Amino acid sequence: MRVFSPRKFPGKLIVVEGIDGSGKSTQLALLSQWLRSRGFGVVFSEWNSSPMVKGTTKRAKKKDMFTPTTFSLIHATDFADRTERHIFPPLRAGSVVCADRYAFTAFARDVARGVSRRWVRNLYRFAVRPNLAFYFRVSLDVALGRILGGRDALKYYEAGMDLRLSRDVEESFRLFQGRIIDEYEAMIEEFGFRVMDATLSIEAQQTQMRAIVEKELDLTHTNGLLRTPWKGTLDANGIPADFL
Amino acid sequence: MESPLTFYEEGLPGIDTEALCGKLLVIEGPDGVGRSTQIRLLRAWLEHSGHAVMDTDMARSALMGKAIRLAKEGNTLGPLTMSLLYATDFADRLQNEIIPALRAGFVVLTDRYIFSTIARAGARGSDAAWIRQVFGFALRPHAVFYLKAGVQDLLPRVVYARGGFDYWESGMDVRLGKDLYASFVRYQTRLIRSLDSMARRYDFQVLDASRPPDKIFLDLKKRISKLLQTRRPRRKPARAARPEAAAAEA
Repeated sequence: MRVFSPRKFPGKLIVVEGIDGSGKSTQLALLSQWLRSRGFGVVFSEWNSSPMVKGTTKRAKKKDMFTPTTFSLIHATDFADRTERHIFPPLRAGSVVCADRYAFTAFARDVARGVSRRWVRNLYRFAVRPNLAFYFRVSLDVALGRILGGRDALKYYEAGMDLRLSRDVEESFRLFQGRIIDEYEAMIEEFGFRVMDATLSIEAQQTQMRAIVEKELDLTHTNGLLRTPWKGTLDANGIPADFL
Repeated sequence: MESPLTFYEEGLPGIDTEALCGKLLVIEGPDGVGRSTQIRLLRAWLEHSGHAVMDTDMARSALMGKAIRLAKEGNTLGPLTMSLLYATDFADRLQNEIIPALRAGFVVLTDRYIFSTIARAGARGSDAAWIRQVFGFALRPHAVFYLKAGVQDLLPRVVYARGGFDYWESGMDVRLGKDLYASFVRYQTRLIRSLDSMARRYDFQVLDASRPPDKIFLDLKKRISKLLQTRRPRRKPARAARPEAAAAEA
């Protein structure tokens, strides 16, 4: 079965994946700032953020209305809306699109909820195949420590409480996120993930990421990518360094 | 003996189709063909004959009803998103309305099923195999009655009964003509062609819906009577193997 639609856009798609608390969002934010400062047109898209279904997802989560299938489908709907608005058009225009979680999140989570691997891969077949997919590998203990360091408690669905694996939230989190890690690990080869050691320092990870992006996306040439008309480097707000 | 309902493909995780003893009947057909009129009549007749009836229609799920309404009010609903909004709505109704009703022995009348969504996706240029596989978790109904009519038969109903053309029923998001009328004709022609082409794959019973509503109703009644006459299988001992039943037998 063909997974993903072929790339036929001048733009580039970079995605980050990993369990909650792996530090992927921090790394992607740093990467996209760096790309912007080099004059690329960068568009950012985050999992589960489409205004069309976000309210519905929130309400349904609160009321525990989801089955594994509807949970999977509503996230695919969110993804389709973002694809049609924020991913296809900027890629066609030559932007670098940075996605915090991509279809792989569904492949890992939905399968961990008991949905068929084949079915969920077909569901996302319309998605563009990323140019680079980074997987932030981290142990459950580290992830758990990072999540609980930042907020009070684990969330219901994040801990897979809907699956009734355990009545203890932390235990349920371990079981559910453990399944998700197994799915991610199995996808490394299937999709050619770039595996990042998410226990390294933030700086060390970012240096590695930038080197990979530099090499793989061939950023030294214009090759159809949008570039700012400004000469020289831009700061984080897109203002040329020598402007003021 | 009747065989239990099956899924088109892999099906929903954790659903025992053996326990679904009701009947799943689908009324399909283009916009304005008179599906809801027939469902109203059928419901009254079936209940009069002593059957418990549950009816369900697209975009009526507790989960997605509001989201679909809001999405259709805006003007930037893309074709992939539209297909998946309806697929999510369908999945919610299947798991939370249709399957529980079938388990309780109801006759479930569904005003359209997965086929209209497949046809709409096709009319918007989406990959047909993709959306068919997305709907692989749907139950194969006992019967799909396809009310077949041409665009010319739909026009009077749309104009006289509804007072005009609807934006979405006219496919204005893909704008196939210079006004609502022109787009309606071309869009509905595509949908009808698409439904026609599904008739064999999904085993539709095709009914001529250019006839007056009472004739269509008699036709449906005859077909459904036949379908309901097939005797229900006697409760097998295996199915009654609940602990209390086993204890009572012992």
